[in-house]
Amino acid sequence: MSTKRSVSRHTARRAARVLDVASFALRTALRPTRQLGFPYRAPTTPSGVALPEQPSSLGADFETDWARRAPAKAARKLIVNGPLRLAVKALADPEVLGLDRLSDLSSHDDPPAVIFAPNHHSHLDTPLMMIAVPEPWRSKTVIAAAADYFFDTRIKGTLAALALNALPIDREVTGRRSSDMIRGLVSDGWSLVIYPEGGRSPDGWGQEFKGGAAYLSSRTGAPVIPVFIDGTGAIFGKGMKRPKPGTSKVVFGAPMWPVEGQSTRRFNARIEASVTALGDEVLTDYWTARQRAARGENPKLSGPEYQGWRRQWALDDRRKLGAAGMRRRQQRRWPDIGK
Amino acid sequence: MPRPGFVLEVDRSTPPILFWRGENFSLEKLPAGRSRVIYPPEPLPALDDIDGAIRRALLNPHDQDPLPALLFPGMKLTIAFDDVSLPLPKMRRPDSRQRVMEAVLDMAAAAGVDDVHIIAALGLHRRMHEYELRHALGDRIFDAFHPRGTLYQHDAEDPDNLAVIGTTPQGEVLEINKRAAESDLIVYVNINSVAMDGGWKSITTGLASYRCLSHHHNPETLENTRSLMDRHKSALHQSVWRLGTVLRDHGPKVFQIETTLNTDMFPSPFGFINKREWEWNVKDRATFLATTKSLDRTPIRLARKIFHGIEGPHQMTSVQAGETDAVHKITLEHIFKQQLVPVEGQTDILTLGIPFVCPYNPDGVMNPVLVMCMGLGYLFNMYRNKPLVREGGVIIMTHPTYRDFNPVHHPSYIDFFEEVLSDTTDPATMSRKWEKKYAEDEWYRHLYRTGNAYHGVHPFYAWYWGAHGLQHAGKIIIVGGDAPTVRRLGFTPASTMDDAFEIATDVVGRAPTISHLHVPALLVADVS
Repeated sequence: MSTKRSVSRHTARRAARVLDVASFALRTALRPTRQLGFPYRAPTTPSGVALPEQPSSLGADFETDWARRAPAKAARKLIVNGPLRLAVKALADPEVLGLDRLSDLSSHDDPPAVIFAPNHHSHLDTPLMMIAVPEPWRSKTVIAAAADYFFDTRIKGTLAALALNALPIDREVTGRRSSDMIRGLVSDGWSLVIYPEGGRSPDGWGQEFKGGAAYLSSRTGAPVIPVFIDGTGAIFGKGMKRPKPGTSKVVFGAPMWPVEGQSTRRFNARIEASVTALGDEVLTDYWTARQRAARGENPKLSGPEYQGWRRQWALDDRRKLGAAGMRRRQQRRWPDIGK
Repeated sequence: MPRPGFVLEVDRSTPPILFWRGENFSLEKLPAGRSRVIYPPEPLPALDDIDGAIRRALLNPHDQDPLPALLFPGMKLTIAFDDVSLPLPKMRRPDSRQRVMEAVLDMAAAAGVDDVHIIAALGLHRRMHEYELRHALGDRIFDAFHPRGTLYQHDAEDPDNLAVIGTTPQGEVLEINKRAAESDLIVYVNINSVAMDGGWKSITTGLASYRCLSHHHNPETLENTRSLMDRHKSALHQSVWRLGTVLRDHGPKVFQIETTLNTDMFPSPFGFINKREWEWNVKDRATFLATTKSLDRTPIRLARKIFHGIEGPHQMTSVQAGETDAVHKITLEHIFKQQLVPVEGQTDILTLGIPFVCPYNPDGVMNPVLVMCMGLGYLFNMYRNKPLVREGGVIIMTHPTYRDFNPVHHPSYIDFFEEVLSDTTDPATMSRKWEKKYAEDEWYRHLYRTGNAYHGVHPFYAWYWGAHGLQHAGKIIIVGGDAPTVRRLGFTPASTMDDAFEIATDVVGRAPTISHLHVPALLVADVS
């Protein structure tokens, strides 16, 4: 027993000695730099002196060209078709509708670049779009992401650009840099997903459309594809700490082009009306939605005018009708052949 | 620029020619110096902006007001459409019917029309399955109208839902779907694959009762229909046009929308079908070999599933709307622009490869009666002026002709084959002796009305369809068919094409001239 105890003491002493030696060696190695200081080390700033502003490489200025080159594209293909698809399927189980409306564009020998304009309720919307957008566009689509949210740090920006092919966009203003960059991309055949609402819905209802998609379409000539996403707000809406798996729907609308002489504002209103009609189509059916669209009576994406609990109450009703809840069951009709 | 159709004179350097054999193909060497192959024109280019063209057609109709001017709140609008028998093979989504109907519904919604019914104009064909309706109309229209009960299929045996519009001077009674008859406007959405379709035939057969159809679907009329693709020389079409005149004068307003398709019928794995044999490249040859060898070893059910699963890339080449006569005239111009091939003179023998499908077996079995109908009813009739084969000549078809039926789709065909054909193959005799029994059979009527069965009388109509061919040909031979089954049809079986030519010598002598109709793609021979 006593022999064992003396051996362990001996081992501990040796370990402590090794640590001492290592620590001394490290201190000795670092001493010259500490002693050297500036310019070998970063300068300190005198108090009371304002530093001149450095050009930013974050936010809207984040460089993402590398994410559209072959190695990044190959990596993204693996990510999207592997873990991303599985995760989206597990969380949101999407049903994709209306792809036939894109068949004319996709049947071209060289399908044109397009601008997808979906409503936005959740961070899930982007992975959902990455999976729902059909070929030939899927592998050549960039996602317009809020520069102030996704590109505020280098790590976040790199991940967003690699996994989602995200492109930093100013939320409030479509700046010249963003606009020029998108124009160049569209002329190179890259399609774009842009959320005209500018950000996720704060309360589950939609927000007014900003003119980004309409403006970019007018400038690039690319058609806008209105898209309605239903169900993701209930799965992982803004403010939710963890996702609550459910079902979702992605409905693609018919391509829209800017009409000559029509202002961006009016074109934006048309896009909003079209997404609103698609939302009604999900809640009701195609014919009811078309009838209400003709009368200008599609329920607004932004929900009822009133505030407070009644607004939330109405949202629950809407979700019950939509993909997140139970849809009314369709019964098979048997022919009436009398007696 | 697509090349027009042409006639190849077969010489010693001509490669073997492609023949359909049901769910497979074969290459057959035709005798040099006395054979010719009629190749169809290449597919015309599709419309650039199909949805735009549809909208323009609805806003600028022929001899009628624009569609929005015919729509008003409170009206009864009925939209009827061609059933699953068109097009063949089924077209890739979106189907032309969906595109046209969505444009019509947009205008109806804008005009505040609430009372809209959509009716599949089946005539006596089988009811469409849900997946077929969804394919033809799209999920949006199906989900919007079917649950409400406003998308349904015409029932030619429902006495409560049929209405008599009037009678022609020849005593033909026009009896059509009651809802359509009582509508303020019928919009008919048509697909024209061949010149036989469209015009007044759309409503007066698609929405008609058995009583109405029997005026022209009978042996006498069809023997005098020369041909089905030449409206002005077709007794059937003359009867239909008389009924159409009654509809125009005494029935509801009709807004006819007709569309034509190009002949780009098979997708790329089957690209060799549409190519001329000497233009097959290594890929085509390899595909042909791989396809035929593997189909030889494939169970027939699986082979059928593969073929019926094909979605053709054919696309719309024209769309026109308005008054039925005016519209159909333009439609025919487009059809003939795509399909017409000038041919000089007749030959002693006509050879036909019979494919896996005809208008009466989409997603079903090409039973022996339909083999006859496809060969003598459709392909033989693909002519204008004169048949490709001389009167008393020989028709040789290639098809396995299994004794196989789909009991869900074709219940009365089974009894027709066993009972009627073992008694007679003469259309006039069977019409007199047997037709009434099958037409009024309660069980067949029940299956037609509630299941997915063709009407009890339909096998008779399929047989009458070939009445002109039966009457015209001196002998009909089927190569590769099941011998007892072929004999039951009244035809002669042969093992090979050479055997068939040998058998034909009894009728046409030692050195007969031969024409081969290279279908598909579809073509109409304009025989001078």
